[in-house]
Amino acid sequence: MTTYLATPDPATATHAAPPPLAEPSGWHEIRLTVNGAPVTAQVESRLLLSDFLRDRLRLTGTHVGCEHGVCGACTVLVDGEPARSCLTLAVQCTGAELRTVEGLAPGDAPLTPVQRAFHECHGMQCGFCTPGFVMTATALTEQPERPDAADVADALSGHLCRCTGYRNIRRAVCQALDERFAGGPAGRGE
Amino acid sequence: MSHGPQQPTPDGGPWTGRPVPRVEDDRLLRGNGRYVDDVALPGAAEAAFLRSPHAHARIRSVDVTAALAAPGVVAVWTGADVAHLPAMLNREELRTPPGLAELLDPYVAITPMPLLATDRVLYVGQPVAVVLAENRYLAEDALELVDVRYAPLPVLVDPDQALTDGAPLLHDELRDNTAVAVATKVGDPDAAFASAHTVVSEEFRAHRYVASPIETRAVSAQVDPYSGELTVWSNTQTPHRVREATAHTLGLDAERVRVIATDVGGGFGQKGILYVEEMLVPYAARVLGRPVLWREDRNENLTASSHAREQIHRIELAADAQGHLLAVRDRITVNFGAYNMTGLVVPYNSVCHLLGPYRVPHVDIDVVGVLTNTTFATPYRGAGRPETVFAMERAMDRLAAELGLEPAELRARNLVGPDEMPYATGLVDRSGKPQSYDSGDFPELLRRAVAKADVEGVRARQREGARDGRLVGVGFAMYIEATGLGPFETARIDIAPSGRVKLAIGAPSQGQGHRTSMAQIAADAIGVPFDVVDVVGGDTSATPFGVGTIASRALVNAGNATHRAGRLVREKIIEAAARRLGVPADALDLREGVITSKTAEEPALTLSELAGRAPLPGTPEPTDGRHGTELSETVHFRPPGFAVSSGAHAVVVEVDEHTGETEILHYVAVHDAGVIVNPMIAEGQVTGGIAQGIGGALYEEMVYGPDGQPRTGTYMDYLVPTSSEIPDLDLDEIHSPSPMNDLGVKGLGEGGAIAPQAVIANAVEDALRPFGVVVRRGPLSPSRVRDLLREAGRPTAAR
Ligand code: FES
Ligand code: FES
Repeated sequence: MTTYLATPDPATATHAAPPPLAEPSGWHEIRLTVNGAPVTAQVESRLLLSDFLRDRLRLTGTHVGCEHGVCGACTVLVDGEPARSCLTLAVQCTGAELRTVEGLAPGDAPLTPVQRAFHECHGMQCGFCTPGFVMTATALTEQPERPDAADVADALSGHLCRCTGYRNIRRAVCQALDERFAGGPAGRGE
Repeated sequence: MSHGPQQPTPDGGPWTGRPVPRVEDDRLLRGNGRYVDDVALPGAAEAAFLRSPHAHARIRSVDVTAALAAPGVVAVWTGADVAHLPAMLNREELRTPPGLAELLDPYVAITPMPLLATDRVLYVGQPVAVVLAENRYLAEDALELVDVRYAPLPVLVDPDQALTDGAPLLHDELRDNTAVAVATKVGDPDAAFASAHTVVSEEFRAHRYVASPIETRAVSAQVDPYSGELTVWSNTQTPHRVREATAHTLGLDAERVRVIATDVGGGFGQKGILYVEEMLVPYAARVLGRPVLWREDRNENLTASSHAREQIHRIELAADAQGHLLAVRDRITVNFGAYNMTGLVVPYNSVCHLLGPYRVPHVDIDVVGVLTNTTFATPYRGAGRPETVFAMERAMDRLAAELGLEPAELRARNLVGPDEMPYATGLVDRSGKPQSYDSGDFPELLRRAVAKADVEGVRARQREGARDGRLVGVGFAMYIEATGLGPFETARIDIAPSGRVKLAIGAPSQGQGHRTSMAQIAADAIGVPFDVVDVVGGDTSATPFGVGTIASRALVNAGNATHRAGRLVREKIIEAAARRLGVPADALDLREGVITSKTAEEPALTLSELAGRAPLPGTPEPTDGRHGTELSETVHFRPPGFAVSSGAHAVVVEVDEHTGETEILHYVAVHDAGVIVNPMIAEGQVTGGIAQGIGGALYEEMVYGPDGQPRTGTYMDYLVPTSSEIPDLDLDEIHSPSPMNDLGVKGLGEGGAIAPQAVIANAVEDALRPFGVVVRRGPLSPSRVRDLLREAGRPTAAR
């Protein structure tokens, strides 16, 4: 029986070794960018992006709450667009540019305005849903023009939070958008 | 209240009472949470459970040969393989408090749950086998290869049916399907009913729904090859109980088991009990000699983790001509599901919260908990109170209608007044003592709710009639909540050589912000800055004893333990400083972490000088044998009784007669939880609780078919509200400090969730009053509202 700590494949030397094969024909090499760094890995066809990020890259900030695309906790940005990593296969991401919550304010860097807004507005309690909301809100603030109220409502309705009752999350997103679009689409101002 | 950027700027005032921003947020916002599934255990095997597809069946055979041969599989175990381990019991919850046993002599059936089913399965989702494999993909592949032959048995889903003579018996050792039964009486209810001016009797049903934390349950375990100690990471609300139960199951000494609940992604009661999976994962880690991880998927969470709320109340109110309550009679049936997990907790909570804020001289309540072929039901945020408040508050509205009174007026006439506190109801509380409300001002709660709800405006609109098929209604509901359940909670404080304060509490946080609120309490009690206090909760190695974060108890018990430990440490610090400085203790003061002389200007000593230096070589031996480094205290706070919180909710709704859709126009909640430690956190707790209540009132329902098959096993059909469904809330509060503890605090985690079902049902019925509709159960989904309208003879076809 193979153990999980098999000799690392040179192609994935920086990451955990792949698990044993369930369907040997199903391996693919993928190349993508994750939080700005190039990543090459061997993945099985059926490996979910969420599991790839969490188990293989050890980027555990992306959370899994339902694995069927409803709760939004697993949301990451794929080429700038929010995507549910539990409904995305890792192989689909070859060539893509991925961003996860770890990429927002790496190390000791100051929190982004979105992250700060969640803190200041008490938009989180257990914090489990938070990375998903933060990534969706980040995408909203990166639009060229301020999204209208309906867009914001629509974006938030793709996420479940069981703790906060949403009001403070709405406030946080609103604060972050105000900060970003205060002086018009170009940025800062007043 | 707005919580803009707020940097606490100590002005000499206490930390308690300020909306101090949470210290836990930064880490969580960077993706540095450490939930169970985030803990990397190199070489871990992953577990997946094979669960019964039948609600009730005999297991004829289990064949694991094919599964064992599947790629990556390490082990496959069935009930026979673990039959030598003791079956699981939530011992603490199943214990009947001696006072209650003496006075009411309740019946409590004990139904231990086998770790894996051996000869019979009792609900869909019951674990039958476990596969351990190199990863979860492979474990789940192999699940499909386990061959189990079942012989289906008759299924009981309805609790009334389960109690009929000749109903199949779920547990052979029991006389019938009764899980618990208890009856209580105050005064002479029969005479009161006989002499009443008006009697209303109704049947109300609280429907089944689930806590559904966004993080599903998860457990991992590892035996340290060096120390032999077993470490278990579990997202439990009660790590010490998990430690005891795991040690019991595995035959270990509890000291050799460490349970860690670092970050928990919401619990709401569902993670407050023990589960068989929680016992089997550490067992596997020991047997396999390698770490083992199990994380539940959402389908498992919805179907196989505990459910809650399903109750039937056959309630009668007797009143005089002015609407004063003379007597209440209620026959309560609680659907327990397949196993009795938590005994009297939920049923007795329902009994002793039924009267709520009202004065009722004569009472006759009995409750029976019933075993059925559904997933076991246990406490969920409010634990028996939302159900009972639904029945009582609906009955109050029926009585108001009968008497032609405004529902708020009927309530006002029956409220216990603030001058009557402490108020004895005549019942006994959950610990078996005479039930007493310690403090509160119920009339003020109601007055404020009425003032905000604009009853006149609603009545005027109702006189105008429906606008475009939309009917407006207003409802009220009130509740009391006995909070701060004992028996104790622990706090240990150590002053580190750096001068930092280490605070360990027995109660973990599932999002309640203990690291912040407990640090506020400790900072005030000791006299140190808030940001030198580090709080650890939910690690059994940090405090050997503890109970947990359940039942609105953490702030009351852990908070007061922290306060007392802090005061004691403060005394020790001042005494040690006095010895060091050779001055009397009462000449010294401790503020912001600095020891000062009350007479001199300059600081005398810092905490780090005191804590760090005493044991160094050359330090004079203290004459009393006590060293400066012993600046530690452990306190077990034992509450003398319950700290009773209370609240009044009001809601204005608009119901669309054609679509059956209910829209919340204005939601008002006025609550009283005594002294508030962190208003921002408190408000968050209230808001979150109400949102869960609104979900239960309008959307969420765990539905079973008559065959015992769950029909709402995913988030596509079990509807948790999103941001679009939860309105901004209109919150207000009053503060009646509790005389039951030094801080004057009361629990508040559950309060928000208690009234929404009742208040929304009352408002919807008020809106549908023109058609004579009576709301008897939830959730008030569009289809159920349309059913009600159809029953009342209204055509509801699309316009
Ligand atoms: S985990 Fe992906 S949407 Fe829930
Ligand atoms: S903060 Fe707990 S689920 Fe959103």
